[in-house]
Amino acid sequence: MTITTHTVGDRVIETTVPVGAHYVEGTTLDPSGPLATGAIVLDEAVAPLAPWSARLTAGQTLTIVDVGGNQSADFLVYNAQDTDERYSTPDTLAWQKNAYLREGSILRSNLGRPLMTVTGNEIDRQDTIGGACSKESNTLRYGFHTEHQHGCRENFLAEAARHGLGARDLVSNINWFMNVPVEADGTLGIVDGMSAPGKRVALRAEMDVLVIVSNCPQMNNPCNDFNCTPLRMIVTAPTDGSDHA
Amino acid sequence: MTSIADDHQTDSVLAARADARAQAERTSEYMPYRPASSSPVVPQGVDRDALVWAETVAPGGYTHRIIARGTRLRLDDPTGNACAHVIVYNALETNERLNVADTIKIPWQAYLGVGHPLLSGDGRALATITADTSGRHDTFCGTSTDESTTAKYGSAAPEGPSPSGRSRFLLAAAKHGLTGRDLPPSVSFFQGVHVEADGGLSFLGSAGEGTHVELVAELPLLVLIVNVPHPLDPADDYLVGPLRVHAWPGEPTLPGNPQFTATPEVNRAYLNSIDYAEARGL
Ligand SMILES: [Zn+2]
Repeated sequence: MTITTHTVGDRVIETTVPVGAHYVEGTTLDPSGPLATGAIVLDEAVAPLAPWSARLTAGQTLTIVDVGGNQSADFLVYNAQDTDERYSTPDTLAWQKNAYLREGSILRSNLGRPLMTVTGNEIDRQDTIGGACSKESNTLRYGFHTEHQHGCRENFLAEAARHGLGARDLVSNINWFMNVPVEADGTLGIVDGMSAPGKRVALRAEMDVLVIVSNCPQMNNPCNDFNCTPLRMIVTAPTDGSDHA
Repeated sequence: MTSIADDHQTDSVLAARADARAQAERTSEYMPYRPASSSPVVPQGVDRDALVWAETVAPGGYTHRIIARGTRLRLDDPTGNACAHVIVYNALETNERLNVADTIKIPWQAYLGVGHPLLSGDGRALATITADTSGRHDTFCGTSTDESTTAKYGSAAPEGPSPSGRSRFLLAAAKHGLTGRDLPPSVSFFQGVHVEADGGLSFLGSAGEGTHVELVAELPLLVLIVNVPHPLDPADDYLVGPLRVHAWPGEPTLPGNPQFTATPEVNRAYLNSIDYAEARGL
């Protein structure tokens, strides 16, 4: 039983909980700024390993900043008025006839409707394939010794519960800043990322949406560069009144 | 300090696959043992080959399983610092679940011990305590919430150093399609509470290292187990110990077992459970 010391605000506690690793000292962090014009209505840091969620009204833009570089932001989005309508990977991919997301990509729902549009993107391509890590799938990928580790599915479930959602509301998700190539023979997997500190993606809400994010705690593969870093979430609203359209 | 990224070769899919597969032989202090017979900590007197569930739950961790009627479930506190918060449900109809009030009112007894049933709100025994070397348990305080945990430890984040009991139950429940409204008050094992004459709740804490509790499932059960500090734990730090879980097949409490007629109330609870089980063809 290992005891570690953690500082939470002004409180220092010792704990026996096997908390996952945060980024090492000396990691380059670049908080950057919004990748959209307009007034900042929300600006929050998501700690390494932590979940996050927010509601955006139609017309607002969410900028996600990969503060430490190559930090997977596991991402789900729902119609805020009716969460039965939610992000759909197959609808998004089939509509654009491409497996990756880039500027101009439309995140479509299971009803085929636009939930959000990628209005800015600073890496070559964004992942739609890799899904979320979990305690359970970690046992398949790495072995039973990883079952106790925190995972994105834990974050998604914890954050979803705050909005009255549960396991049946989790679907295949987007992984911003994660790199999943598909080789010619179909071989695919998560490899070293193509992002860097301060790189961003911007998503404009096409309807009122609920966004749920897991700042991925995975330390068994390169989806976080084996160095879990913070994310910065910035919501901007257009100042020309077009958000009331 | 440098990142462990340098220890991994993951610049191509095949390299990443090899890197992942190379991790398989590792072990952890806290893990499920699969098959269960591979448990390195089989309790004395338990047949290793009969095990259907074996794991060590991490401090702050949780586990959950559906177990068959008659299954014996043993919880071990190797360090004296575990606190096993437990909720059981009828696995066939999860709206039948542990009712803590009935569990202490019907047997006329506040303190859990051998022979004490865990009753549902439907007049049936869901489980019975069949062994107990601790004697330090609690039916009054339930588990911790994010609110109480944050007040005590400064944070209750699910990824952090001090997760709450309720948030862990929520995750366990979610994996069976259940939500917050499906979490009734829980009982806890290994950290005792005593009710004083004026109603004061005194924390007795642990009976020491190496104690265990064993239960038998009177119906098919969904079992949720959370290992977090007791809500009345006076320590400023979050120092809960690991919890071991082992289970193996057995018989529910049936006629002929002295426990079956131990008290008139528990006898009728077993009759209700058997009646339900027989009608369902169990
Ligand atoms: Zn993840």
